[in-house]
Order: sequence, then C-alpha cells, then structure tokens
Amino acid sequence: MEKPFHRRDLLGIRGLSAEEIIGILDTAENFREISAREIKKVPTLRGKTIINLFFEASTRTRTSFELAAKRLSADAVNISVSTSSVSKGETLIDTALTLDAMSPDCIVVRHSSAGVPHQLAKISKAAVVNAGDGTNEHPTQALLDAMTIREHKKEFAGLKVAILGDILHSRVARSNIHLLTKLGATVKVAGPKTLVPRSFEGLVDEGLTVSEHLDEAIVDADVVMILRIQKERQDSAFFPTLSEYAVHYGLTQERLELAKKDAIVLHPGPMNRGIEIASDVADSARSQILDQVKYGVAVRMAVLYLATGGR
Amino acid sequence: MKLLIKNGHLIDPAGKENTGMNVLIEEGLVKAWLRPDETVPEDAEVFDAGGLLIAPGFIDLHVHLREPGQEHKETIATGCAAAVAGGWTSVCPMPNTKPINDNAAITRYMIEQADHAGFANVFPIGAITKSSDGEQLAEMGEMKAAGAVAVSDDGRPVPSAGIMRRAMEYARDFDLPVIDHCEDRSLSSGGVMHEGEMSLLLGLKGMPALAEEIDAVRDILLAKETGAHIHIAHVSTKGTVEAVRRAKSEGLRVTCEATPHHFSLNDRAVEGYDTNTKMAPPLRSEEHREAVLEGIKDGTIDAIATDHAPHHEDEKALEYDAAPFGITGLESALGLSFQHLVNTGLIGLERLVEMCSSNPARIFALEGRGTLVPGSHADVTILDPGLSWTFDSTESKSKNSPFFGLEFVGGPVATIVGGRIVFRRRAFTAERAS
Repeated sequence: MEKPFHRRDLLGIRGLSAEEIIGILDTAENFREISAREIKKVPTLRGKTIINLFFEASTRTRTSFELAAKRLSADAVNISVSTSSVSKGETLIDTALTLDAMSPDCIVVRHSSAGVPHQLAKISKAAVVNAGDGTNEHPTQALLDAMTIREHKKEFAGLKVAILGDILHSRVARSNIHLLTKLGATVKVAGPKTLVPRSFEGLVDEGLTVSEHLDEAIVDADVVMILRIQKERQDSAFFPTLSEYAVHYGLTQERLELAKKDAIVLHPGPMNRGIEIASDVADSARSQILDQVKYGVAVRMAVLYLATGGR
Repeated sequence: MKLLIKNGHLIDPAGKENTGMNVLIEEGLVKAWLRPDETVPEDAEVFDAGGLLIAPGFIDLHVHLREPGQEHKETIATGCAAAVAGGWTSVCPMPNTKPINDNAAITRYMIEQADHAGFANVFPIGAITKSSDGEQLAEMGEMKAAGAVAVSDDGRPVPSAGIMRRAMEYARDFDLPVIDHCEDRSLSSGGVMHEGEMSLLLGLKGMPALAEEIDAVRDILLAKETGAHIHIAHVSTKGTVEAVRRAKSEGLRVTCEATPHHFSLNDRAVEGYDTNTKMAPPLRSEEHREAVLEGIKDGTIDAIATDHAPHHEDEKALEYDAAPFGITGLESALGLSFQHLVNTGLIGLERLVEMCSSNPARIFALEGRGTLVPGSHADVTILDPGLSWTFDSTESKSKNSPFFGLEFVGGPVATIVGGRIVFRRRAFTAERAS
C-alpha cells in the first residue's frame, strides 16, 4: 500500500491535500471490518510503540486511539496530565525529549494549547499525531466525520454542510471546514454572532459562508453538524443562559425540517441533550452520532498505520 | 584624555550638520568639530572612521533590563553590554523589575549598577502607580530627583481613565513624559497573537488591533485635556498611527516609537508556533506593518525603540499560550533598520540617525545628548552602511529572538560612551587591520 500522505506526522487537516485526505479515508475503509470480527486484532503494528500523551481530559478520543492501537497489535501506553511531569514544572521540550528517549514510534498528543503537536513534531523523532490542540485542529475527528458522510452521501463535491454552534472555540469545526472545502463541499456556519464571527470566512479561500441566521445555514443542507456548547462560555458573556441558547440556537426537529429530506445529523460528542441538540433529534434515524464513534476507531487505525510507516 | 574620530562623515540632525568632519573628544565631552583641512592635536588617540558614519550616540527609549529581581534573564551589566554591541549608548529601562521601580531607591540602584558596569548610560523609567497596580500614584517627584526620565506602567497599562488623568496631571508638575503601552485588557486578555486571519488559521486567541487603538485614543484625549506629554510605546497598528498623526496635527504633546520587529515582521511569522514570535503588542498583519512603515516615512513615528525583553530559554520552551511575551532586540535593531528602512530607500541615513538619537533625546529631555555639538556628552555611534554581517552572537543573557542567523548589510561598528570606546566590532577590526 502506498503512503497516502507524504509525511509521518498528522498535525492538522490544513496541511493535507485532497488526495492525501482521500487516501487516509480509503485506508480506514480497509480497517473497518476488523472491528466487526470476533477476534478484533491483526498483527499489522506488532512491535510498534504508541504513546497517548493527553494533557487534557478525554475519554472517548483516548479510548478510541487506544483501541485502534491495540487492534493493530501495537503496544499503547497512556499518559495523562495528572501523572505527567508538566505539573512539576517540566518544560514541554523536556517532556518530549524524555518520551522520545524511550523510542516510541508514534506520540498521539492532546493539549489545551494550540500548536503543541507542531512544537513536539519539530523535536521528536517519533511521528506525532494531533488528537486535538486547543482551539486549533482535531484532524482525526474531521476524518471520522468525513468517513460517516461518505458512507451516506458517497461524494463530497457539491455537498451542502451546515456547522452550528460555538465555531470560534471549536477545533472540530476548523478541521471539518478545511477538510470539507478541500473535497469540494460548501460549508455554512451559524450560531450566536459572539461565537461565529464574520471574519471566520477568512479561514479558507472558498467554500465557506458565515450565515446570518441558523435557519439560513440549515436550508437544503445534506449534512447538519451541531457542536457541543461549553457551559463556561456563559460566564464569559458569549451568551446569556443555556435555556436561551437552547431556544435560539439548539437543533430541534422543527429546524431540521428545513434541511434536505435525507439530511444526516452529526455531533462530535459528548452531547448536551436539550441544549444544543434536542433529544428526539439525537435519537432519530437521521442521527449518525454512534456511527461516528464507530468509524473513529477505523480512522485512527489508519492514521496510526500510516504515521508509523507500516505496510 | 583626548580622542579624535578622524576621516568620518558626521550626521548630526540636531546640530544641523551632514558632512565630512573630524570630531575631537576631551574629558568625556565633545571638544570641537574640525574640518578635514584643519590641524588636529597630536596628543590625541585616533579612531580612523574613514568610510564610516559618525552619529550622536543612539538612545533606546524602551528596554527591559530585568535587574533587580530577574537576573537569570538579564542583568544591567549584560543588558548594557548588549546595548553598546548593538550601537546604543543609552537605554531607558522599564520599571517592571522585581520589585517594581516605583521609588527613588530602586531608580538610584539601577543607575549605580549601570555606572559600575561601565557600558551604556541608563536612564530609568519609573512606575506611574505603586507596584504598577493601577491604583495609587507612585512617587514621581522622588524618582525624578533620583534620575528617572519618564513614567510608565508599561505592560500593565493603567486600566482606569480616571487614574490615568490624575497621573498625567501630576506628571506635568515634574515635566515627566507619560509612556503609554496602549492595550485595553478587556479586549485583549487571553490573546497571544494578532487577531485576524492568521490567528484563525492557527487556532490561537487573538489580540485585536482595536485593543491598542481604543487605549491610544483614550489617552490622546486625556493628554489634550491635561496638557501632559504622552509618548506612545511600540505603535503597531494602522489606527494608532492615524490617531498619533491626527494628534500631532492638532498640536498635542504626543510622541511615539516603533520597534524593529513591528516594522520587519508580520503575523505570518507565527506559523510554526515559534514562541520567539510572541510579544505584546503582537506582530500584526501586513496592512498594519505597512502603516507603521508609512508612519516612519512621514515622520509620525518619532523614534525607533527595541522593547528589548529578555527571557530565559526555559521560559520560552513552553506552549505558545504559556510562553512569556517579548523578544530581545538591542543587537538586531540596527541591522533590521538598515534592511527594512534604509536599504529599501524608505528613509535616508539622516532620518535614521534622527529617530535613534536627536528625537529620543528630545522626547525624554536628555540634556546634552542626541547631538555632538561641542559641549555635548561624548556618546557616539559609529556605523558602517556597507558592513555585511550576521546576527549570530549576543552579549545578552537571553537568546529569545526570531532574528538569529539573519544576514544584514549595514550596522554599528563602534560605540563610544562618555569618550570611551566601549564596543568595537571584532570582524571589522580584523578586516580593517589587514
């Protein structure tokens, strides 16, 4: 199998070409059926060491990466912030060098600050995979979203995607906007103006519109992606209350009627039911939220496989 | 002791001279200007400045020397050594030391340490408010008596317009300029780079240009009201340049400075998350950088100042969000000035000299400096506009600069403070000796 992306690190979607993205998705397709087997393990990455370095709490992403590594027979070690040396005043560089000295093949890193994977990649001999850096990117989330979309819509060109909610602080939105526009989809984003600044259109050259109103973004959409709202944004005066948010910016069945009949609904999780997404929407046939989680493992298997140069 | 600077070309904007001239120095003062055909004393040490430019000693209105309190980043001695190596004969350190320079004892200590080190002159800037906490006025009169030349809370700008108004009124009593780091923290807090397309692309929190401009406009209005002299530090946005231009046309006592990094780099330099591109105000987008260049060209911007802000390597080896703001600047400033201002034809050598010597001396009312007219202090910066050199070493304790490794044409070759040659470029000396 050819390496579909020509670098070992996966730092973000922004730096990938459309061909590289499709290559990762195709690789993920090949790994999908492993998770459906009774014995969910292949020897592909036997002898490889993968460190999951999580400076920020995460259950689903970390578990997904861990399962991906284990299903490929790699040795996976999890390091979380509470047990790391960073709290003892060690610099980021020292942490990276220390881990590097143990010769891992790949470091999967999540951090609350943008750019940490890029900084690590510069000094680490191991491949670095970004599992979410601050408000910058979350490339594997965008890839699993793409895999879910491709399953239902086959092609990306001409597809209309609405991304709703806290765009400003969302690494999921950024990675998805890069990915979808690179593959020829058009993206409309909407939400409270405090969280969806007009200047966001500058993120990509074409294919992105900031909608005036939520409904405008949803009309005729093939895909509706709703983002998790962080409760602490209320304290920083981005919106007054969660209940007002639910009424004006939440995805309800009524609003969803504006989308295409066969539109699918995505959410990166974890959901705040009754706030950004009504429960009946989350549990409807249109919702692909659990499929997203399922494809997450396949996408991460593909990314780990490609990052460690396996063949 | 006599020193004769011979065969050079003198540019002295305040003394209105731009010609070939020998300069005679005696007892730390300029004794006389001697035309090339005039006889020179035979008992003087001679500095051959053939092909070189003789300028009044350059004065950096904005540095951080970290002493007392943060000597692991810089000391007054290392900072002053870096200053003279960069062509600066005088530096004005900001008061954000530990403790804050908000009283005469610390002001005096800083000057004593500089005298002891014996490189550059140090003219401290006192705090506006006690501990720079923005609440009670610091003892400006006492600090001035001890040698302070201006007041500022620099990186902790006074949030309250009411306190700032009082500070300006009170500073006028002592003829102290109030230096203003313009930043409305309610707009910039949490930000680590310029807010714009690049901050979107990099996922870093932005500091809008507006945060600087709102504060600049507020303080220009206060200066109009109080009659105080305000000096706006490190102007970095189009709106601030425009506000200062307007204020000057109204005849207000408003001056300002720009840093080499703000006229040399834009926010694209942040790509890659190098923490040596993080400073406040941040590197702005190209539109703002061009406005700063325009301000330098048309005279709106009075001075070049470095905002030399040393930080230890370990402190910068952090996440972009967590790394401290600031970069060193003393030794790269003139190389960058030649590269972006002079060699591009934006300004002439005389204007460069003016922005680094006569204007800073005028802004902080430094008597007998910023000029070499006979009777002045013998602080001299000697430049070679054709010198090819690489910025690859530093006298500073810190190395936090994005400019390391850059090659320049034009820079300082010797620095004279109080009649003593305190810096001479090594490669230059060797080359000329051969």
